[in-house]
Amino acid sequence: MNSNTNTFTDKFKNFSFVLPAFLIFSIFYIYPFIYTFILSFHRGDAISGLEYVGLANFKEVLFYDKDWWRSMYNAGFITFWALTFQNILAFCLALGVDRATRTGKIYRVVFFILPVLSEIIIGLLMREILISDPGILNQWLKNIGLGFIANNWLGNNKVLLTTALVHCWKGFGWAFVILLAGLQTIPEQLYEAARIDGANSWQTFRKVTLPLLTPVIAMVLVLTILGTMQAFAMILALTRGAGGLTEVPVMRIYNHLRGSQVGLACVEGVVLGIMLIVISFTMLEVSKRIRRKWGVLPS
Amino acid sequence: MINPKNAAWILILSILVGGCAPQKPKENKIVVWHWLNDRKDALNKLAVDYKAKTGTEVEFKLFSPADIYSQKVIAAARAGNLPDVFGILGEKRTLGSFVKAGHILDLTPYMQENSAEWKQRFYPKTLEVVTFNPGNTFNAKEGIYGAPIDTTVINFVYNKSLLKETGIDASNPPKTFDEFIDAAKKVKAKKNVSGFVCGWGEGWLLDCLATEWAINLMGEDKFFKTIKGDVPYTDKDWVEVFSYFSKMRDSGMLSPNITTMINKESEDSFSKNQAAFSFNGTWAVNVYKQLNPNLDYGFFPLPKISNNFPVKVWGGAGSSFMVNAHSPNKEEAVKFLKWLTEKEQQEFLVKETNNLPSIKGCDAALSPILKTLLESLTILTHPNTWPYNEDSRVIEVMDKGLQQIVMGLKTPEEVAKDIQEVKKRVLAK
Repeated sequence: MNSNTNTFTDKFKNFSFVLPAFLIFSIFYIYPFIYTFILSFHRGDAISGLEYVGLANFKEVLFYDKDWWRSMYNAGFITFWALTFQNILAFCLALGVDRATRTGKIYRVVFFILPVLSEIIIGLLMREILISDPGILNQWLKNIGLGFIANNWLGNNKVLLTTALVHCWKGFGWAFVILLAGLQTIPEQLYEAARIDGANSWQTFRKVTLPLLTPVIAMVLVLTILGTMQAFAMILALTRGAGGLTEVPVMRIYNHLRGSQVGLACVEGVVLGIMLIVISFTMLEVSKRIRRKWGVLPS
Repeated sequence: MINPKNAAWILILSILVGGCAPQKPKENKIVVWHWLNDRKDALNKLAVDYKAKTGTEVEFKLFSPADIYSQKVIAAARAGNLPDVFGILGEKRTLGSFVKAGHILDLTPYMQENSAEWKQRFYPKTLEVVTFNPGNTFNAKEGIYGAPIDTTVINFVYNKSLLKETGIDASNPPKTFDEFIDAAKKVKAKKNVSGFVCGWGEGWLLDCLATEWAINLMGEDKFFKTIKGDVPYTDKDWVEVFSYFSKMRDSGMLSPNITTMINKESEDSFSKNQAAFSFNGTWAVNVYKQLNPNLDYGFFPLPKISNNFPVKVWGGAGSSFMVNAHSPNKEEAVKFLKWLTEKEQQEFLVKETNNLPSIKGCDAALSPILKTLLESLTILTHPNTWPYNEDSRVIEVMDKGLQQIVMGLKTPEEVAKDIQEVKKRVLAK
């Protein structure tokens, strides 16, 4: 009897330690997550009631809503530029700064300023620079004799490319810092050993740096995909969607919520979430296979 | 030492008892939630006056911007925490949802008191925005569910100085689309400024203009038939309406950033004499005054595209206050709204905020620019007063399509087809 009470008391005490965290997690994460699924089977607003419509919202989004797929394409396009241009730029800069022992800290601060700034601020700032009448960029191009390049950057069909480049400009600092941290974890002895063995710079990079940096690169790629596919605030401030040309999935979810289309917004949230989970796990699996192939991980 | 089992029961019971606590006792204080940033000081001053006169305290709580305010009101309605008085932003559908959920007090009995003295004060078109008629499409119980505190009219705006400097008679603003295009092109050519600027990044200004031209070209009857689904958006009249946007684009009169511009940016540009024409609402009077007190401008109604039907412009109640049906202070709240919509208070708001009043008989307090807007009150129309309302998905496709026409990426025919495709899907449900 006594031992039972003690067991209960112990269990109660132990549980009481995790109870606050459990409650907070349940209320703010698990409940909204489940409720999003429930709402995705309903139509109507959140004020006067919801009507159960089964899979109708899923059918609408997946098979009929061209704008949803257009928004996925837009986000995919920006993600492609972020994965390639942004990350290659960040990688090159990280490699450069890794060797610059004296000025490295300054560069780290400089490159990390942009990601720290608010997305809205970046969007509005770039808007001021890019709007063509009387845009700062166009004026500057004219002043240096390159007026022929001046363009209506946000008002024609190049607006998506402009948006992608602004996103890369804002985001490369994150990738830079993570890649630099990864580079600095590679033991110096490995480079010394490679030099003693007569390896040139390219061979050292290919046989030492790249294999050991693969998990970091994989993480950067996954974070880039997750971050870019969910980009919203900067694009809203920069273009407001530009007639659907720069509308991204989260902007579409936001617009549906504002238009009292709660069910559609939830379906879009669920679909986007599932797609991102699948992409992330695929990327991590690919990374593992590459490392096994290169002998960094045991096969 | 308390037994853990007992402690658990005490915790559960205290939560339950707390949840069943009696309703907050009635206070002699009316809480009003609003989003009217520009009227904050004026409303607070009125609250002080009201307390001095009646002894009832009124607390105005400002939540800005409007998007945040809207979400807050919806969340409060769900949680049963609405204040005594509040406003509802957005489509009439939203107001209908609040009415159906029983959150808003029907003001009809109060409006009808003393030979409908309160009701008679308002401009009919203004009151119509907060009224549900029998058999309305929102299935809301008929009644008057708010007290408008101002009237909004959306009109074209022109910069008198720029027109004069171009040699155009500024006392006679354009009446037709061709005159409008011609004047805008002339000003652009001579003054090197945009012919027309507007916040077309916010889609509603596009569908506002498109629906006004549609009513002018095809009449309200055919227009409503389209919303009902009896006339397709691919009808030649609709294609013609959309083609006026491509004509504006082809004339070169539009500001280069127009499709990504929000209304605040457009107001800023117009107030700096950077555009000859704009399309904006009554609130712009106050905005332009703050941005450039010396701006010489005027309003004029929609330049017509046809002589088929009379011109109608969007307008009606700009801001309205609703009374929480569950408030213990609802009688006091109604009394306050009656006081707020008396001539003296309305004239005070006109002078302080440069908005059109919601009630008749305040003409003496109006500035000359507001008087010109008053003339449009006879030709008002608004989605919130229409017998049928378009689905938000159809409106969204129309807005995007018009933006793409302006950007030169789609033809009017293509946009009409896109809209009709979504309309068919919506009707099928």
